[in-house]
Amino acid sequence: MSLNKELENVTAKLWIKNVSKSFNSAQGHVQALSDINLRVDEGEFVCLVGPSGCGKSTLLNLIAGLDRPDSGEILVDNDVVKGPGRDRMVMFQEHALFPWLNVIDNVMFGLKLKPNLNDHERREVAKFYLHLVGLDNFAKSAIHELSGGMRQRVALARSLAPNPRILLMDETFGALDALTREQLYGEIQQIWQKRKKTIVFVTHNIREAVCLGDRVILFTPHPGHIAQIFDIGLPRLRDINDPALTSYAQQITSALKHHIGEVAE
Amino acid sequence: MKKDKVLRVLFSVSVFAVLLLLWEFCVGYLGLLKHSLPAPSSVAAYLWNSTLDLTLPGAILVTMKRLIVGYFIGIFAGIPLGMFCARFNIFNDTLGVLALGLQALPSVCWVPLAIIWFGQSESAMLFVVVMGTIWSMILATIHGVKTIPPIYLRAASTMGSKGLHTWIHVILPASFPSVLSGMKQGWAFAWRSLMAAEIYVTILTGFGLGQLLHYGRELLDMNQVIGVMFTVILIGLLVDKALFSPLEARLRKKWGIEGD
Ligand SMILES: Nc1ncnc2c1ncn2[C@@H]1O[C@H](COP(=O)(O)OP(=O)(O)OP(=O)(O)O)[C@@H](O)[C@H]1O
Ligand SMILES: [Mg+2]
Repeated sequence: MSLNKELENVTAKLWIKNVSKSFNSAQGHVQALSDINLRVDEGEFVCLVGPSGCGKSTLLNLIAGLDRPDSGEILVDNDVVKGPGRDRMVMFQEHALFPWLNVIDNVMFGLKLKPNLNDHERREVAKFYLHLVGLDNFAKSAIHELSGGMRQRVALARSLAPNPRILLMDETFGALDALTREQLYGEIQQIWQKRKKTIVFVTHNIREAVCLGDRVILFTPHPGHIAQIFDIGLPRLRDINDPALTSYAQQITSALKHHIGEVAE
Repeated sequence: MKKDKVLRVLFSVSVFAVLLLLWEFCVGYLGLLKHSLPAPSSVAAYLWNSTLDLTLPGAILVTMKRLIVGYFIGIFAGIPLGMFCARFNIFNDTLGVLALGLQALPSVCWVPLAIIWFGQSESAMLFVVVMGTIWSMILATIHGVKTIPPIYLRAASTMGSKGLHTWIHVILPASFPSVLSGMKQGWAFAWRSLMAAEIYVTILTGFGLGQLLHYGRELLDMNQVIGVMFTVILIGLLVDKALFSPLEARLRKKWGIEGD
């Protein structure tokens, strides 16, 4: 396989059909997700927001294939998700990088599992993505030598390297300081535009969701379901401090309060 | 920093030098305690002579050979067995429980059984060393595997790793810190039990450090007893400084584990 083919932009549409998921835990039966229906277009950036416990991570895990829905199904293009796959990469809240591997070996971990590539090509691909996240000079560094922001960049490069069609991000920037986060908002938008991925981004920061998403999907808990969907018609690249975000954020916040109020009554 | 370290080493060396001189002065010159303690100079003379006539190097070689062979058998059997225990409940509920019980047994206690089973032979020595190593290795591996952050496994599986690949490329390296501490403990157990076994049993096929110590006692040769003890201490220190310390330092550096 040629390197250019490997680096081609690929994307997919995602179709979540009547998905429900519950857990039995010490607290008893929890309906984490109830009858979720959502279609995400090719190359679309959607953000899932909602209060803690409304099932955002659960849905992401189902899309990733790390867990199975009780009922309903998830389709990537026209294929039902039956387990983890390289077409869907996950970035977790903690970086989940392997401390026993250096930066470039972490990025190559997924690539080594890809057939049809030789080692030289794998290294080239890894370098390409390290360049994309601005870490060319850190290929040989140990993970613990990097700052939190740099670690998340490596994690991003590692997720992008196998060239997934869908990128799943679970509160990826949650543990970072505000300044680093702001920088990454810009970078992730640029990378998304360059690489044309479909992105599902989970956060409970509404402003962050408005800044990044083409659409913001508002979840509410007990049971977790989609309460409302907002189209964000702002031009790219968006800046988190842009006042234009505020009215969207306010609208979503009041909707959230409204929906939660409903549940409480 | 560097200078600080040099000073500390110098200080440490001079304290021991002064103590040795004091000992030499009291025993060698004043003749105090000379019936129960040889002077350092006569121990040194023993070490020198027995090195020249090759009894000491020979004994070290015999002991190290027994130790290394048994130790590596223990490690290379213990790691996979520990992984089986961590992976399959039937192993954990049988071998895992057995390991927990047998690890509590001081490994010297294997010596009588080893002699009954294998006679006064190399196999008996090997058996004692393996028993000293393997249970710690199994337990450390189980612990290492069970305490791997689940997120590593989830990340690996989304990248397409599964089955044997996950075991070799994720679980094994991720449990390495625990495995290393098991190796260290296994070494300590093996070393101590081999010494005990050698003191306890005479084996015609090889004359180890423990046997040298034993004959020192039989001949009431205090120089030999103290000289061999000194050698045993030195080997223990050397293995720690030359093998385990660098390994641990590398691990800490690579993983960024806190500590000095
Ligand atoms: N493995 C599990 N076992 C039992 N209950 C679970 C499990 N995973 C999730 N839950 C429950 O399902 C519900 C949804 O959890 P989920 O982690 O998806 O929420 P979330 O929206 O991601 O919350 P947060 O914003 O805090 O991450 C919660 O009530 C949680 O307790
Ligand atoms: Mg979550």
